[in-house]
Amino acid sequence: MRSFSQYIKGLLIGVQSLLGGLSVTWKELWTKKITRQYPENRDTLFVSDRFRAELVMPHDENNEHACTACGICQMNCPNGTIQVISKISETEDGKKKKELDRYVYDLGMCTFCNLCVISCPSNAIKFTNNFENATFTRAKLVQQLNKEGSKLRAKKPVTTTKEE
Amino acid sequence: MTNYSQPLEFSALNKWIDTTLNEYLPGFWAVFIELVLVGIALLAAYAIIAMILIYVERKITAFFQARIGPNRVGKYGIFQSVADVIKILLKEIIPLNRRDKFLFYTAPFFMIAASMMTFGAIPFGKNMQAVDFNIGIFYVIAVSSLGIIGVLLAGWSSNNKYSMIGAMRSGAQFVSYELSAGFALMTMVILSGTMQFSQIIETQSTCWNIFNGHISSLIAFVIYLISGHAETNRGPFDLPEAESELTAGYHTEYSGLSFGFFYLAEYLNMFIIASIAATVFLGGWMPFQVSGWDGFNQVMWYIPSYVWFFGKVGFLIFLSLWIRWSFPRLRIDQLLNLEWKYLLPINLVNILIMVGLVLSGLTLTDLFK
Repeated sequence: MRSFSQYIKGLLIGVQSLLGGLSVTWKELWTKKITRQYPENRDTLFVSDRFRAELVMPHDENNEHACTACGICQMNCPNGTIQVISKISETEDGKKKKELDRYVYDLGMCTFCNLCVISCPSNAIKFTNNFENATFTRAKLVQQLNKEGSKLRAKKPVTTTKEE
Repeated sequence: MTNYSQPLEFSALNKWIDTTLNEYLPGFWAVFIELVLVGIALLAAYAIIAMILIYVERKITAFFQARIGPNRVGKYGIFQSVADVIKILLKEIIPLNRRDKFLFYTAPFFMIAASMMTFGAIPFGKNMQAVDFNIGIFYVIAVSSLGIIGVLLAGWSSNNKYSMIGAMRSGAQFVSYELSAGFALMTMVILSGTMQFSQIIETQSTCWNIFNGHISSLIAFVIYLISGHAETNRGPFDLPEAESELTAGYHTEYSGLSFGFFYLAEYLNMFIIASIAATVFLGGWMPFQVSGWDGFNQVMWYIPSYVWFFGKVGFLIFLSLWIRWSFPRLRIDQLLNLEWKYLLPINLVNILIMVGLVLSGLTLTDLFK
């Protein structure tokens, strides 16, 4: 008799838990759908700032960048994505100075490891989250990051230390 | 039964075809052409219903998982299953090494023939039933059981241990649950007093069986839904296919059209189970009527019978999908436990209760005569 009452009890508990499960999925049926439909939602698309999709070299309004052509990024890059091509120019007082000529970045080779950005001593490059980089030829993936006619931003004069 | 106006039925069309054929042709050829027409109509319905079901299932599945589902092919993705069918027709049927060639290619036809033969006995609407045997329910149970032979042959002939395990599991499951499904239908046969589908529907004209036999009918209905669901190898009972353990079970080695047959038969079996449940428990194509309320009944009859039928079937298919996406897969011992320790004893007691109800005049129609 005892085992029979346990059989009935087990049956009822089982039915109750099944109904509980069904009610959960019933509520889920009416929740807002989380699918984001990509090409249609381009205006409202949100991509996290930390998402690394493309290397850029920020230029300010005077068309100046911060790259000193030291080549540390090129040395740190694990698969030869970056090529820093520098030229030697002479200043008015006859000093020879190394200057950035072309900063070539091959998007097709990049693994987006972020080592170049971390190792850059002058914060000249960064990754943006612009991910729509598809092209029809591989050649278009090779980009020159410094703009035409840009030059190195002059260092701020260090005056604050004396006053203190 | 009073005669209600039924403006949207196919009865007139059927009669017109019959009289015109008999007018111009000798009797034998008229019957022959009618048979061919019915066959074509059934085959077309078979394919179209399967395609609609595949689309509906993918859509509802997506809604249960907070997704949108297919939405690229046509508006709301309504042509998705057309694209799927074209793809499956174009795919190569890959011949395997050392499979049993004859059985390998015969197995899908067992599946498809079994569900097709059952399909013919389903009353889709008023005057829309191909064969109306006087032992209709018995015929349906017998013929739909043939499908398991296809599953076992597929598992055996594939020369693949996963297929074989899947087929054996499917066999054990099918044999167990066929018993419950049969007993649940038997309970309702006791209530209606006949096995012929047309008469079962006729007896439900004012009171559907599920209300007529109240407690007992409800229990039989739930048991039939569970065991029918298990017979289709879906939902929490999909352990013959169990992707994580058996890749795809008995149809692992099939591709192209022969896989398509298995796929089609699976969806159609779901439809067939739902339509038998609708016919036996929910009054089939019979509109919802209350005896005495002639105005109300007339309004209900304006909705054509096939709409009633497909509405009820759609409701039951939705229940099946709901269960499928709610519960995790059962282990084989849990599956057999459920059948042999719970469903079968409850079912046998339920038959006795039903016999008591019918003999002592406690069914709803008897109480409110």
